[in-house]
Amino acid sequence: MDIERSGKPINILLVEDSPGDVRLLQEAFKESRIHNNLHVVENGVEALLFLRREGKYTNAPHPDIILLDLNLPKKAGHEVLSEIKEDPNLRRIPVVILTVSKNEDDIIKSYNLRANCYVTKPTELDDFIQVVRTIEEFWLNTVKLPKE
Amino acid sequence: MNSQTVGKPVDILLVEDNPGDVRLTQEALKDAKMLNELHVVEDGEETLAFLRQEGKYADAPRPDIILLDLNLPRKDGREVLAELKKDEDLKSIPVVILTTSKAEEDILKTYDLHANCYITKPVDMEQFIKIVKSIKDFWLTIVKLPPKRR
Repeated sequence: MDIERSGKPINILLVEDSPGDVRLLQEAFKESRIHNNLHVVENGVEALLFLRREGKYTNAPHPDIILLDLNLPKKAGHEVLSEIKEDPNLRRIPVVILTVSKNEDDIIKSYNLRANCYVTKPTELDDFIQVVRTIEEFWLNTVKLPKE
Repeated sequence: MNSQTVGKPVDILLVEDNPGDVRLTQEALKDAKMLNELHVVEDGEETLAFLRQEGKYADAPRPDIILLDLNLPRKDGREVLAELKKDEDLKSIPVVILTTSKAEEDILKTYDLHANCYITKPVDMEQFIKIVKSIKDFWLTIVKLPPKRR
């Protein structure tokens, strides 16, 4: 369970355009027991550039996990998800959908496109912090991530 | 956050051939916030029969989530995973791999086959209960599982 603590930091890619949510996630992951680096991009196009190490992202690390919002500028989250999961070089990276949408179509579409899980952002700040802690506890402490 | 607490129980399909692990999983899920029903099958063939409502499983519910061991009698967990993630009707059901294997190869292969997450079973009983609770706190509390329709 604890082998990741001693090894390399876990690289997390957060795809999120709301500065408030980014700040909150940064603070939550900073307090994690597991050494991690949170990388932030603000839209779908940037997310794919980061993942494919194109443009200014030539030195970007390969993320161990992706937190993906659905409502994004430039390229929608569902499209980004679909491209990741169709790409043999990227598809095994776990994608956690983190969105305000509770829409059933969004939920089922995400699972059909191979999202690893779907989590809704609560509107209450305290609830949101709790949700982020639970994601952190589960994906960083309990799960074995696919290490490249 | 708690919309799933009311309404129908969450149907969990546990695929596990070790009675001790079944028992521990049952215990650990008992105090879940979300009402749940645990269905247990012991091998890979039974799993697919349950999911496809064949034979004695004609009235089996569609599980909301599957906890799948990898080393199973008759049909291996990896094969079961591959078959159900290729099935248009079944592929949206989240599959949590729960296994003693720590092999890198198993981890990479199961993510490639679209397992939703991979968890290694600790040998220590208390650690095992902790792991199941963590699954419960995540999957049965904050995750929105796919709605029950096809």
